[in-house]
Amino acid sequence: MQQKGATLRLANGMEFRGWSFGYDGPCDGETVFSTAMVGYPESLTDPSYSGQILCVTYPLVGNYGVPSEGVDENGISLNFESERIWVRGLVISEYSFNFSHWDAVKSLDQWLKEQKIPGIYGIDTRALTQVLRDNGSMLGMIVPDGVEKDFPVPDPNLDNQVAIVSCKEVIRYGHGDKKVVLVDCGVKHNILRCFVNRGVELIRVPWDYDFNQLEYDGLFISNGPGNPELCDVTVGNIRKAMETGKPIFGICMGNQLLARAAGAKTYKLKYGHRSHNQPARIIGTQKCYITSQNHGFAVDDSTLGEGWEPWFVNMNDGSNEGIRHKSLPFCSVQFHPEASSGPTDTKILFDEFIAKL
Amino acid sequence: MKDESIKKVLLLGSGALKIGQAGEFDYSGSQALKALKEEGIETVLINPNIATVQTSEGVADKIYFLPVTPFFVEKVIAKERPQGILLSFGGQTALNCGVEIYKSGVLEKYGVKVLGTPVQAIMDTEDRDLFVKKLDEIEVNTIKSHSAESMEEAREAAHNLGYPLIVRAAYALGGLGSGFVDNDEQLEEICEKAFSFSPQVLVEKSLKGWKEIEYEVVRDRFDNCITVCNMENFDPLGIHTGESIVVAPSQTLSNKDYHFLRELSIKIIRHIGIVGECNVQYAYDPDSMDYRVIEVNARLSRSSALASKATGYPLAFVAAKLGLGYGLFDLKNSVTKTTPAFFEPALDYIVCKIPRWDLSKFHGVSRKIGSSMKSVGEVMSVGRSFEETIQKGLRMIGQGAHGFVGNKEIVVKDLDEALREPTDTRIFAISKAMLAGYSVDKIHDLTKIDKWFLGKLENIVRTYHSLMGCERLEDVDFGLLRTAKQQGFSDHQIQAAVFGNSDIKPSVLQDKVREYRKSLGILPVVKQIDTLAAEFPAQTNYLYLTYNGTVNDIRYESDGKSVIVLGSGAYRIGSSVEFDWCSVSCLQEAQKQGYRGVMINYNPETVSTDYDMCDRLYFDELTFERVLDIIELETPHGVVVSVGGQIPNNLALRLHEHDVPILGTSAVDIDRAEDRHKFSSIVDALGIDQPEWSELTTMSDVDKFIKRVGYPVLVRPSYVLSGAAMNVCYDEAHLRRFLTLAAEVSAEHPVVISQFMTRCKEVEFDAVADNGKIVVYAISEHIEYAGVHSGDATIQFPAQKIYVETARRIRKVAAKIAEELHISGPFNIQFLAKENVVKVIECNLRASRSFPFVSKVMKLNFIELATKVMLGLHPSKPDKSTFDLDYVGVKSSQFSFARLQEADPLLGVDMSSTGEVGCLGDDMNEALLKSVISVGNNIPEKKVLISSGNALQKADMLLACHTLADHGYEIYATGGTFRYLQENNIPAVKVLWPNDEENPELKGRYPQVLDLIHNRKVDLVINIPKNFTDMELDNGYRIRRAAIDSNVPLFTNARLATAFIRAFCTMSLEDVQIKSWDEY
Repeated sequence: MQQKGATLRLANGMEFRGWSFGYDGPCDGETVFSTAMVGYPESLTDPSYSGQILCVTYPLVGNYGVPSEGVDENGISLNFESERIWVRGLVISEYSFNFSHWDAVKSLDQWLKEQKIPGIYGIDTRALTQVLRDNGSMLGMIVPDGVEKDFPVPDPNLDNQVAIVSCKEVIRYGHGDKKVVLVDCGVKHNILRCFVNRGVELIRVPWDYDFNQLEYDGLFISNGPGNPELCDVTVGNIRKAMETGKPIFGICMGNQLLARAAGAKTYKLKYGHRSHNQPARIIGTQKCYITSQNHGFAVDDSTLGEGWEPWFVNMNDGSNEGIRHKSLPFCSVQFHPEASSGPTDTKILFDEFIAKL
Repeated sequence: MKDESIKKVLLLGSGALKIGQAGEFDYSGSQALKALKEEGIETVLINPNIATVQTSEGVADKIYFLPVTPFFVEKVIAKERPQGILLSFGGQTALNCGVEIYKSGVLEKYGVKVLGTPVQAIMDTEDRDLFVKKLDEIEVNTIKSHSAESMEEAREAAHNLGYPLIVRAAYALGGLGSGFVDNDEQLEEICEKAFSFSPQVLVEKSLKGWKEIEYEVVRDRFDNCITVCNMENFDPLGIHTGESIVVAPSQTLSNKDYHFLRELSIKIIRHIGIVGECNVQYAYDPDSMDYRVIEVNARLSRSSALASKATGYPLAFVAAKLGLGYGLFDLKNSVTKTTPAFFEPALDYIVCKIPRWDLSKFHGVSRKIGSSMKSVGEVMSVGRSFEETIQKGLRMIGQGAHGFVGNKEIVVKDLDEALREPTDTRIFAISKAMLAGYSVDKIHDLTKIDKWFLGKLENIVRTYHSLMGCERLEDVDFGLLRTAKQQGFSDHQIQAAVFGNSDIKPSVLQDKVREYRKSLGILPVVKQIDTLAAEFPAQTNYLYLTYNGTVNDIRYESDGKSVIVLGSGAYRIGSSVEFDWCSVSCLQEAQKQGYRGVMINYNPETVSTDYDMCDRLYFDELTFERVLDIIELETPHGVVVSVGGQIPNNLALRLHEHDVPILGTSAVDIDRAEDRHKFSSIVDALGIDQPEWSELTTMSDVDKFIKRVGYPVLVRPSYVLSGAAMNVCYDEAHLRRFLTLAAEVSAEHPVVISQFMTRCKEVEFDAVADNGKIVVYAISEHIEYAGVHSGDATIQFPAQKIYVETARRIRKVAAKIAEELHISGPFNIQFLAKENVVKVIECNLRASRSFPFVSKVMKLNFIELATKVMLGLHPSKPDKSTFDLDYVGVKSSQFSFARLQEADPLLGVDMSSTGEVGCLGDDMNEALLKSVISVGNNIPEKKVLISSGNALQKADMLLACHTLADHGYEIYATGGTFRYLQENNIPAVKVLWPNDEENPELKGRYPQVLDLIHNRKVDLVINIPKNFTDMELDNGYRIRRAAIDSNVPLFTNARLATAFIRAFCTMSLEDVQIKSWDEY
């Protein structure tokens, strides 16, 4: 097998040598790690990874290939979390050239090539993860041999990533008695499925769309990439919606934007939470959940405005995992109850929200 | 959060190690006891397994070396009055006993609360019907059998279930009339046949080729649930998970698959109501998301021990805490010490478990593996690629494999069949097939093993071919060499591939590879197993080595304060939990003396591989190469090779030659004891007697030797074709048969023949010496005459019936040997004794199997002393003597013949026991009774069957038969024995031998022996084999096998049977005292 060398270069000057796979070209972005052991097709298509180079700590990747593209009758992707790969580059230890799964139609390598996403394997991903853990997420680049590329490169967190990944026009899905407006900050398709499968009519709107003119029963603010401070337009719209008293629910970026609408500050975590094993506890109870997460920013819940309270807390580092209004039906979580990829323990939150409509 | 009413807790252990229930429960129990102790709860342990770590001083507050049976457990409860009891840490033995005392009301009577999972939940999972019903309630699929009594019903069942199906005739033994069915036509055909055997057929969904997946699930009383780990079997459904190669985490499951089954597991554990830990096993369709739940184990299991070691999540420890009422959120992750125990480990490596079989130790057993367990141990390897991990694992098994390739090729008649019908060597059949050019697709068709695994194995073969294409070492370029190492090739494998059949010694070539490899900068790196894939820093040093990485996780102190202890590897017949106890004792003492305790071992069933037990644990190979890698990193004060059994012992000389400091007895002296020729001449020079022996290469030399020493002789071939490696031959015909059919005699494969002494006592001498002077010793005596392997024998300590003069001679001989070999550390000598003549038969300059037994009986830890010696502390002689002991210890062996269908349960010179117990008593009778009951025997109520061998053996049994008759036992006896008893005025009932059945004159006139046993008309069988003629062996075999299959206690040794009969006729169970260890 012809192997082509490649280098992963970090902004702090460190270099890791490996082999190129997927698209044969360079890329750059914020280098982050995820400790999830399964779910690369889901992760790669998760818009929250926009602007990022993803390092997977589980060393064997590609084992079960890539499932088919294609959409269901609502136009929602069958097997992915969006229409394309959003990760800018993939860093792994061991690539499985042979894949085996009844549902697979192609290899990861082929898929990355088709989507023009560079990958690098043969990296000591544990060592890289320790660097990112100790120094924080940092800019990096994958450079195949024979290509000239060096720092500086633009910091994706300075760009409005939400604007890049959000839909450009209003899209409607499903049928039902209840209408939910979904503000698309980079929504994962499993969130769409979770609503549609529960018999809700979903109106997906762009991140900066003023949905207050629409008729709806509940408002949902989706997950999304990057810095929540760049989404003040959305925050303004949410504030307006809050005046109606209609139920609001948010996930991930949705948690951060609702918190900002509630007067709180957000901040960047050193290296974020990206895994399938984050423990979250409902504050003041003995109820705990294993959650799927993917975020680099968090809510400072000590700054929440009047009438609000923290709802969930991360049991590893004490960071905020959700907020709620003390009297009104407004709440949001930092983790991903829709899972995909990850554990499904908190799916019930969709039922709770829909029950309020 | 914890239940404050619980002050004292009883924990039931699992007893002797046996197939299906091994060392994992020492680990589970030890963890649970630690968890309770931390809470200030008083702990009481019942476990007769004296060699375990959990029965060591300080682990539990009170230890009872008693059988784990309802009778004894009730007695202990009545005496100790605990508030709580833990049932799920002692395997099936503890669970069954617990359910019984729950049902009989004992627990209620004494107000004992079952901690953790309620007994009802246990019963719901143990009873097949209840289990199916329970899971039906939440619409979870289980494997169901539909019975049909007509073709019509069979058709209906088939259409409901959908093809493929398996059809079996009900009530038919051995699978008569069963078969796989793919369509209506085949259904008619097979059913017709099945109905001819039985009025009822069972129709089941065929899950042949389905994946087998397991999840380890934890739940607290607040309903918080986590899945700690999932595992995937390399071997598809049909092979018991204990017999399968298993990887963790799963490799071929997508996110959808993984979380679908995970969600189901949590649904199940909630519905059943587990509080603590449980294991859910699935059959999973490789072509869809269809599944069946195979079973749920509502207790700690082999899989949970494996999962703990695979992830670093201490399941047993956590389960014990949850049993006390804690929530998962109350507990800390014991690796990070900062994050909570409520989380799911993220692995950044892959582990591979491989079973270890010892089937060649048993006569007559089939080598096919399937739905029942036959393996005696297992290994776990850790790496960052599948290729690396499986090759490491195959070396760890310790059966001569160097990895997946580069082994002595296995001999199979039909390769396709060897792939289709799995045996203990199937993985090597796959290797052979790949080397023979079989495609992955073809192998998949034959084995149904997922192509992902096979593809990875093919990568190894590809690299092997590239290596073989190199003429010289220098032709192996950097890229190829690194790839080979990343795929787990050992330096030895590389050497063999490149140099082929070179005249130079493999070890020299291996050194060359090592040197070359290091010159290219290809070195392994050390990584931590940290539960969170580096997301948080780890505070523990649970380590492995890999070539798939560039950075070491550990910074070494290089202060010469590390002591490396080499562990014992996979449990196997002859090396088991006793060496784990020795390793742990040694580590603890080294730490006490201010050294950093470093462990190398790879057996997931052990306590020594608990990262809490040492400062650094390398869960890695005990090969010369890997041990040297670690030594180069650690630069230790020294290495202990004498507490882990034979594996480390064998490494001593080579390590010494590479300038590694070996602690204790020098490697050169170890070699002088190990090398048969060297040791023999030392013994001769010291004027010590030994049985005559010779190493011979031709049949005529063999004849000459035997002419001189006479029969019987002990024959040890160096090359075995089939069957056992050692044999006692009683006459020429027997010898010829053995040396032509079973073994080989040639210049290349010499055979060692020694004089075999009959009716001799065998005596064990366990001791510790310091610079050639004995510091402490223990003399113990076998109850059986020599000829029963010391690992199978029943041993009494202190020796009860040897002459004072014999003991004195043994001491003197041992002192001479210790001095000559400059022993510093533990050693063991085996003696034969007959009328004050003593002969040395074996000497090992390492701890022996009986070290924990004698240490615990004497209450003096021999390994602690030996460790002090090895660290140069020159401990003074303890002022304790066996003459001061006013009690006796008896060690009995546990056999697993019930699991080994068709094996002849006969004891011989090769070891076949899988475990042991040791019990204490005020006298020999009491200790023996406890001990013999602890390995699964019962005192007979009324009827005893005796068939007692030759004249001498019959005479041996005479007194015991009188005793039986005097105590009102009814004796059933086969022909010769019956006559002998009549002549001696002992009433007996004559029974027919199995082959007498064919004699019309006898048939029907007397009861038939097999009927008596099968119908359990007798409750003790004593069968002493008379001679080794085929008919005698066959008759005896059928009796012995019937006893095992009908679960009737069986004794095949006259001396042991006599001792047992004397014991139970002297005292009853009620007379047995319930005394804890500290009360002796």
